[in-house]
Amino acid sequence: MKFKDYYAILGVYRNASADDIKKRYRILARKYHPDVSKEPDAEKRFKEVAEAYATLKDAEKRAAYDQLGARRPGEDFRPPPEWSTQFGDGHAAFDEMDFADLFAGLAGRAGHGRRSGQRGPAAAMRGQDYEVTVPITLEDAHHGTEVSLDLSTTEFDGRGAPRRVGKRIKARIPKGPTDGQVLRLPGQGGKGINGGPDGDVYLNIVLRPHRLYRVSGRDLFLDLPLAPWEAALGAAVEVPTLAGPVNLKVPPGTRAGRQLRLAGRGLPKPEGGAGDLHAVVQIVLPSTLTEREKALYGELAAASTFDPRQHFG
Amino acid sequence: MASDFCDALWPEEHRRIPLRELADLSGLSEAEVVALVEYGALAPAGTTAEQWVFSVSSISVARAARRLGEEFALEPHAVALLLAYLDRIRELEAQLRAVQARGVFPP
Repeated sequence: MKFKDYYAILGVYRNASADDIKKRYRILARKYHPDVSKEPDAEKRFKEVAEAYATLKDAEKRAAYDQLGARRPGEDFRPPPEWSTQFGDGHAAFDEMDFADLFAGLAGRAGHGRRSGQRGPAAAMRGQDYEVTVPITLEDAHHGTEVSLDLSTTEFDGRGAPRRVGKRIKARIPKGPTDGQVLRLPGQGGKGINGGPDGDVYLNIVLRPHRLYRVSGRDLFLDLPLAPWEAALGAAVEVPTLAGPVNLKVPPGTRAGRQLRLAGRGLPKPEGGAGDLHAVVQIVLPSTLTEREKALYGELAAASTFDPRQHFG
Repeated sequence: MASDFCDALWPEEHRRIPLRELADLSGLSEAEVVALVEYGALAPAGTTAEQWVFSVSSISVARAARRLGEEFALEPHAVALLLAYLDRIRELEAQLRAVQARGVFPP
């Protein structure tokens, strides 16, 4: 096992007070937390300082850490022999742990954390919940989909020894989630301790950007390019929807920016029904005009009395 | 053949959650949940803590509170204030997305 110098990671002396450690952690969390940091290695650095703080903020864990004495970071070491009785059957238990697990395990054995039932050495505790961000396409949100998730969880054996466990979860996402929707996989999180219930996994759904549609709640917006003559004279055009193409009637005299609504062609609602699809009209010209087209536009310009800038006065 | 996929569930909108269960589900202590109520981050129905029941949406608020409190080492008052600002940001982001979706200010 490689030693980590938690005091050096936080940049405090070994005899720093609890208040000084908290103050220093707050400064580093503000600097490296991925939600607010612009540092290139923010996530890695934040994990390091959070791991150090998780041990040093807790008097019991800090005392256990201090028992290890001052060592060089990265130095190979073996925890004191008497610790092995707390962490399972003999030294082999240490081989499956990483450094942070040594101290995380102290919380479980002391009955801290999320209780379910009575407190005490054998108190039942609910397993850890996990949150996972799940990006899906609009097509997935429309039809429903299946995803595989890889989690790294910490489990405790009957004697309270923690170990890292890789876990693959296959989840079926129902149709109709919106951006930011939270779904729950009951009982798929960390194992309960001493008979406590297993934790849950929360799925934070993120809708990936789509090349055609923009999303607002369960409504979709699609730019609908029309030729000037289609807008002027009206037309029947084919419009793509998530359920396949449909025909849309464009009324004569349709202006740019007008929204033509296709009811129920947006994202489905879990209780039934669906949002709408709005086709936003754009009037577009060919990038080059043929001589014939130029001539026809010229004829139209000569014949028309339309003044699009009349309101300028 | 039985599928090895498990179903992701929608939030149970009509479920009401007592204080102790909310603490258990969020990883907060009951005292921390009470503090979040006092500072306005959570709004249960019921007059006394024993009678309080929380909506399902309170779970994600309480979980966010635990995460913020832990990861930034913040006191409940600061967490409640931060949650209010985050809520406002989410509201404005949703409005911005709606405006962008309509093509007024393309993203």
